[in-house]
Amino acid sequence: MSTADQHKDAYREEALELLAELETSLLDLEQSPDDMELIGRIFRALHTIKGSGSMFGFEDIAEFTHEVETVFDIVRNGEMSVTKELIDLTLSAGDHVKMMLNAAGTGHPADPKRAQEIIASLQKLSPDKKELDAARAVSSEEDDPASLHEGKSITCRIRFRPPGDIFMRGINPLLILDDLRGLGECRIVAQKEEIPVLNDIDPEHCYTYWDAVLTTDQGINAVKEVFEFIEDGSDLKIDIIDIIDDKPTSSHKKLGDILVERGDVSPDDLQKVLSRQKRIGELLVDADLVDTGKVESALTEQRHVREVQEKYQRSETVSSIRVSSDKLDRLVNLVGELVTVQARLTRTSALRNDPELLSISEEVERLTEYLRDNTMSVRMVPIGTMFNKFKRLVRDLSAETGKEVEMSTEGADTELDKTVIDKLNDPLVHMIRNSIDHGIEPPEVREPMGKPRAGMLHLSARHSGANVLIEITDDGAGLDPEAIRTRAAEKGLIDPDAELSEKDTFALIFEPGFSTARKITSLSGRGVGMDVVKRSIEALRGSIEISSRKNIGTTVTLKIPLTLAIIDGLLVKIAEEVFVIPLSIIEECVELSRDAASKGNGRRISNVRGEIVPYISLRERFMINGDKPPIEQIVITRIEGRRIGLVVDHVIGEHQTVIKTLGRVYKDVEGVSGATILGDGRVALILDVPRLVQNMEREVAFAGQ
Amino acid sequence: MAKTILIVDDSASMRQLVTFALKDAGYEVIAATDGKDALNKLSGTKADMVVTDLNMPNMDGIELIKQLRSMPAHKFTPVIMLTTESQEGKKQEGKAAGASGWIVKPFTPEKLMEVIKKFMR
Repeated sequence: MSTADQHKDAYREEALELLAELETSLLDLEQSPDDMELIGRIFRALHTIKGSGSMFGFEDIAEFTHEVETVFDIVRNGEMSVTKELIDLTLSAGDHVKMMLNAAGTGHPADPKRAQEIIASLQKLSPDKKELDAARAVSSEEDDPASLHEGKSITCRIRFRPPGDIFMRGINPLLILDDLRGLGECRIVAQKEEIPVLNDIDPEHCYTYWDAVLTTDQGINAVKEVFEFIEDGSDLKIDIIDIIDDKPTSSHKKLGDILVERGDVSPDDLQKVLSRQKRIGELLVDADLVDTGKVESALTEQRHVREVQEKYQRSETVSSIRVSSDKLDRLVNLVGELVTVQARLTRTSALRNDPELLSISEEVERLTEYLRDNTMSVRMVPIGTMFNKFKRLVRDLSAETGKEVEMSTEGADTELDKTVIDKLNDPLVHMIRNSIDHGIEPPEVREPMGKPRAGMLHLSARHSGANVLIEITDDGAGLDPEAIRTRAAEKGLIDPDAELSEKDTFALIFEPGFSTARKITSLSGRGVGMDVVKRSIEALRGSIEISSRKNIGTTVTLKIPLTLAIIDGLLVKIAEEVFVIPLSIIEECVELSRDAASKGNGRRISNVRGEIVPYISLRERFMINGDKPPIEQIVITRIEGRRIGLVVDHVIGEHQTVIKTLGRVYKDVEGVSGATILGDGRVALILDVPRLVQNMEREVAFAGQ
Repeated sequence: MAKTILIVDDSASMRQLVTFALKDAGYEVIAATDGKDALNKLSGTKADMVVTDLNMPNMDGIELIKQLRSMPAHKFTPVIMLTTESQEGKKQEGKAAGASGWIVKPFTPEKLMEVIKKFMR
């Protein structure tokens, strides 16, 4: 049990006790309606229910009780008398709070209409309420116009004269000054002229006051907050004297001007002494118009403002900067172009056979690769930020469904391309909802099965080659293959007699229009099904897989490529056509000799070191004319855990592949995920191998029927 | 040595929450159910800070603050009162009695620590 739950339980228990006490007091009050002691007790009970309620997550109770408390506040102040009606209403209010307490956490909140009725009746009893409200509204409208300066650095002048009895209020003024220093660059001058001679000193009295000049970027409100608790009784003056904007402000003020602005000296006095042409500070002190402390303070301010402005103009060095993602996208595009050009350079230099050019080209190739990796890493963000958002989602969902769910995460620092993360959000939300809504059972179902009351939901992310594997695991009811099959047959997705492996059965839930949930809940079943999830994952060139055991749980695994922009690919050639196969799925390349290949069951099987590997002939698949070379190459890939070969004429070699999307016209072409530009300017298609394999299997299955 | 904070509240759940938060932050905690209980628990020992509710049976927070301020040991001890939005008048009374600061309920443990740090370091 989490500590939050412990606190909640403690509150619930206590609130029930208080409600019982409230009831007794109310019944007593009916007998002696003028007993102030009883009224006080009722008020306190209401007050505690309300005050603690909002702290332990029972906002509805707090809000409701507040209204009842308000009425009793009026009663307590003697402005309203106790009537039977009031007692009746308060009793039913207490009952309603009890209902709200019991309802919390079950997902079926108590009737809010009832609450409104009670409140409305109570308000009718207390006619003063509106006036009180109006008075309150006015006082809360004192908004601060100073928040305009938020975000900019401001310099303010502060005079803080604490009340003499500050020590008796348990407040240490030095801590306040420390807080002030914590806000930014700060200079403080203590003003000591009011300290009496030793004999007259009361050691418990505060005689000193302080002048401070502070430059802060936290806004004026942060400055005011420092004095939050001491403002009343203090003589506090905070003036903004400088806002550091993009353009430097006017030159710093003269000492005399500052003193005049502060009201420490009148303009006339200033003029008078100015005419005598001596140092202004000395003159003013000599003339006994200000004391040295004040002059020192003003001088400090002058110096402070000057320095801050100089510093601002030097512009500080920073450890990190924010860049709009547009700029990053442009950078990635440029790197992509560079990679393409570099491929041309490599090819040209290879043709020229000039050793000098070759070494330059190799150097450029190496640098380009670094540049590419660095650029990509700039766009990488840890997936943990997204995981954290889900904590809230899980919390809300479990409250909504009345199921207890504990979420854990793993690999939060796994990094993924920002655009990929953005696009992953919706599918993940959907799957988490599915897990909680369909997977995890309510506690009363779980307990008899020997499972812990709270369901477990585990999110993990980890690297696997050029991919990131994201797993969503729950220990819920699991998928029921039988139910899925029946449902799919009902929907006409499969033949009722079709024999399907478990994996194929689970794959059915990704078919459009499939949903096993019989009832539509507010969570899932709104028509957005797993087919949408699958499509969005595939749009990221990723794949999705489900494994599940009844009553043990379900694991959904997403395999997402690290980035969408540039991948390592293998160039292969069939006749004159060049294709790219993503390197991340390739396991090995072997030769396919004629006699090693044998035909069977409409799909081709090769024997690789004694292992049977089915393969697809791309030449046949893409209907490329011409004769096969005597020895073909077979590129062996791993798709969903199985080894599948792709037969090509030649394997050319590795290629940094800048992915260009195909136009809309080609969006329905299956088996091709994009295109790239080769060193010689030709276009090569990037193969979508999983899709190719799927289509092939489907055709084989049809042919077999 | 860890500083000692006295929490005074008639609500058991509040005491539990505040005690938990304070202990978590490394303070020693004494808990009392009302003003009288608080004064009893302070006899012979000293708290470095007091956090008190205002509405309590037997002795309320205001009276407690007044009593504390008259004790040599706690004359200068920071006292934080727990108030609610609707208690503006009580807050003024508390201030007049010598409270150092206040926290408006509901509050988070972070807010509590923030206010405590203003008066005791």
